[in-house]
Amino acid sequence: MWRGIRAAQRRSYNKSALRRSVAARRDLNSQPIWETTVLALIRSDRGGAILLAALLSLLVVVPIANLVVPESSVFHLSSYTVTLLGKYLCFALLALALDLVWGYCGILSLGHGAFFALGGYAMGMYLMRQIDGRGVYGNAELPDFMVFLNWHELPWYWYGFDQFWFALLMVMLVPGLLALVFGWLTFRSRVTGVYLSIITQALTFALTLAFFRNEMGFGGNNGLTDFKDLLGFSLQHDGVRVALFACSALVLVAAYLFSRKVVNSKFGKVVIATRDAESRTRFLGYQVEHYKLWIFVVSAMLAGIAGALYVPQVGIINPNEFSPLNSIELVVWVAVGGRGTLYGAVIGAFIVNYAKTFFTGALPEVWLFALGALFVLVTLYLPRGIVGLFDGWRLRKQQRAAAVAQDA
Amino acid sequence: MVGVCANNNVQQRWRKMHSGNVRLDNGASGGPMAVSEPQGMHPVTPEYIDVSHGPILYLEDVTVSFDGFRALNDLNLYLTDGELRCIIGPNGAGKTTMMDVITGKTRPDTGSVFFGQTIDLTRLHEPEIARLGIGRKFQKPTVLEQLSVFENLHLAMEADKRVWRSLFAKVSPQQKERIAEVAEIVGLQHHSKGLAGKLSHGQKQWLEIGMVLMQNPRVMLIDEPIAGMTHQEVEKTATLLTALAGKHTVVVVEHDMEFVRSIARTVTVLHEGQVLAEGSMQEVQNDPRVIQVYLGE
Repeated sequence: MWRGIRAAQRRSYNKSALRRSVAARRDLNSQPIWETTVLALIRSDRGGAILLAALLSLLVVVPIANLVVPESSVFHLSSYTVTLLGKYLCFALLALALDLVWGYCGILSLGHGAFFALGGYAMGMYLMRQIDGRGVYGNAELPDFMVFLNWHELPWYWYGFDQFWFALLMVMLVPGLLALVFGWLTFRSRVTGVYLSIITQALTFALTLAFFRNEMGFGGNNGLTDFKDLLGFSLQHDGVRVALFACSALVLVAAYLFSRKVVNSKFGKVVIATRDAESRTRFLGYQVEHYKLWIFVVSAMLAGIAGALYVPQVGIINPNEFSPLNSIELVVWVAVGGRGTLYGAVIGAFIVNYAKTFFTGALPEVWLFALGALFVLVTLYLPRGIVGLFDGWRLRKQQRAAAVAQDA
Repeated sequence: MVGVCANNNVQQRWRKMHSGNVRLDNGASGGPMAVSEPQGMHPVTPEYIDVSHGPILYLEDVTVSFDGFRALNDLNLYLTDGELRCIIGPNGAGKTTMMDVITGKTRPDTGSVFFGQTIDLTRLHEPEIARLGIGRKFQKPTVLEQLSVFENLHLAMEADKRVWRSLFAKVSPQQKERIAEVAEIVGLQHHSKGLAGKLSHGQKQWLEIGMVLMQNPRVMLIDEPIAGMTHQEVEKTATLLTALAGKHTVVVVEHDMEFVRSIARTVTVLHEGQVLAEGSMQEVQNDPRVIQVYLGE
């Protein structure tokens, strides 16, 4: 009977809704809430629009400046710079992934570098198979380090990595699966806050130690390196480097739009609700563990993709990528840029990494102190990061304008 | 699709538990009417809340202790379907713990908690209980401060609340209308785009009541609704809660005796984790034990 009443109520809403919907349509269209198209996604996201415009112009300018502009010109961009920018793009993607879980879901993962490194290793394994007999030992089947260790056949978990599609699949599946198992165990037990952060840190530390072991079959402390080709194209070639850069930029743009779509959806609102009032969200009927798990897994996959784009550009992947310090640095990028905004994370990754490149070149001994100071200063004075600073300015300007309008 | 299969996993669990005598008439008629009123003696139908004996909530011999302190001590409480019940009691009487037990936040050490005659709440988790139709307003108003009033109400709305559904959920015009309706009921129609965090304390209380309303629950547990409200707001709250009774079972925990007097039909006095007295306000007020522990102070 109760059901019947409810259904009847609903029917009555329906009827009156139909009647009013025509009148309301203009009103509805003028305030899109969760829409679908790309334009609609960015319309209410000024920072994102600026960021995407910047990325797309980089995408046009960088290849031209590197490939077309002659080397003698001041506008020529060296291949080194192209690769450096490509590296920053990968870091930006990684920061974006962390912002999804930290900024929006409140899960401070201090082990996101692990997912990045796993994606990197998956790509590295493919690149190792691509060497195909051109290594020092000339073994068509086994990578050099295996020959060196006196191994006679390929371990089973290296099977399939001679196929690019398989490697791409693993780039996402391996980090995703680890995140799924790890997240399922921790979120289900309602481990949150600093405890969760410590466990994620332990996870990446454990992986560092594991990958340092030669017996693991991932090249021990040397990692995987000496790559030659990607899909048959030489990695040393300028065109390939530019293509990798372009790929990174495009993937970052796509990942940004995807993440924006996710956080704008009802799902995204539930995730924010979980961050701010987890038990309230449960009492609203949401299984918050599932929401956390989903966004954690997606974020890990994005981090994996970032790692996979990173490895062919820098030419090496070794266990240091798993080091806890990397994951902490990553948190600093997002904090500096401004968490919970998506574009802030990307901007933070660019700024901090540019500073790192600059300092490690100019004053190498200062870098770690500068990084520490930066984190302390940002936490103290810019809790919402650099983009928070700009938002603050804009808000004050608006308020001033409103005050002026009121006076007049 | 509102509420059609919100409780799939609950349903499945029930099917598993009662595979012998379950009437699976889901899908026969389709739509939200899939679970129809069972006929016969005591068929167990998933999601159907059997109130044929009168009470909608049964708390029997419920004991909860925290580090030796018995927050609830063999509590027995029955709530009749559709009634408005006020629960009063001095601090530490176990009012909030009782709500925690009903909503699945706290598991009782002993005793049983049934929703209708068939649904054992001690086996379910908070989200499942919420989706079955028990809504709760916290003592300290807990709204989603970083989201707008509209979004708060929309998230609370009765719907399929699984991950994939939420990813692709759109706000239909009907839902918008319902949200606007509730926003008006709780007096926040002009704030619907504003952040919930910017509301005043009283408005947050209202918003949270609105969120409970959006869930369209069978039972509404309202913990201290009028704290921080102005006199007019208190009056409006009283009118609203009285109007909701009948359609919903409303349980109000409140310290303000004036307010309780204005809305109460049946009052339950809790003391040291047990029911001390139950009856009309008049009866309860004249009960010497109640006077001694509570009203006399």
